Amino acid sequence: MRTGIVSLASGTLFGAGLALGGMTDPARVRGFLDIFGDWDPTLAFVMGGAVIVMAAAWRVVPRMAVPLAAEQFHLPSRSDLTPQLIGGAALFGIGWGIAGLCPGPGIAALVIEPGAAAIFVLAMLAGMTGVRFVEGAKS
Amino acid sequence: MTLSGFPDAAPLSGLMGGVLIGLAAALMLLALGRIAGVSGLAAKAIGLGGSGIARSDAWMFVIGLPFGALVVMLASGGFQANFASPLTLAIAGLLVGIGTRLGSGCTSGHGVCGVSRLSARSIVATATFMVTGIATVAVMNSFGLEVL
Repeated sequence: MRTGIVSLASGTLFGAGLALGGMTDPARVRGFLDIFGDWDPTLAFVMGGAVIVMAAAWRVVPRMAVPLAAEQFHLPSRSDLTPQLIGGAALFGIGWGIAGLCPGPGIAALVIEPGAAAIFVLAMLAGMTGVRFVEGAKS
Repeated sequence: MTLSGFPDAAPLSGLMGGVLIGLAAALMLLALGRIAGVSGLAAKAIGLGGSGIARSDAWMFVIGLPFGALVVMLASGGFQANFASPLTLAIAGLLVGIGTRLGSGCTSGHGVCGVSRLSARSIVATATFMVTGIATVAVMNSFGLEVL
């Protein structure tokens, strides 16, 4: 119950930040990626603001035995650079560049342009499910 | 506030939006001990991904995203947004879905949470998707492909 409220609060803050930062407008995101054309640096300020706050949060973590509302930390520990990581990130970047949407803004935009955002989100979930099927078939 | 040389840029609202995103991710980290990665949480919500956060909590985070955007939209009296055609959105969505699962994250998990932690995997992933995103827009522009 308590973790659900924290998750909802985090998602709401996150969605508000995306909208305020202009990230729910694909034209602005593609404008950031268009460094050889009419470059719009706004996304760099969004990323910069978020990274600065999070860098401070990471400095607090080592001083905490447990999180404030959970029993333990669950943080990624891998450090290996694999072809799958790089190939996946490359594919993601191509999709990001094509429509100017990544997962967060795509989901947040469901209230801004419901039809368009729903197509993107459903296709994204289908892609995620497809990867699961292929990986499931291999193992 | 405007940025000289970039008439379309919105640096101040961008920075404020970024700080909100950072606070959201910090809340997830310090209160629940987890990474606020949207692609991972969305996958968890629909039942993909083994261990990790409770599925109901993943849903709460995902539902919060449009809710937060709605609050800003109502407070600001609506805002501009241009979206691609349905076919373009479907192709892009598929690539984003496949890529984020294979690459273990997106702009939030790698770009914000991982880069700020100086994770090598996240820095490499972020550099990679930045480069391919920039290349994709450049190639599309050079062929005169306008999607928005």
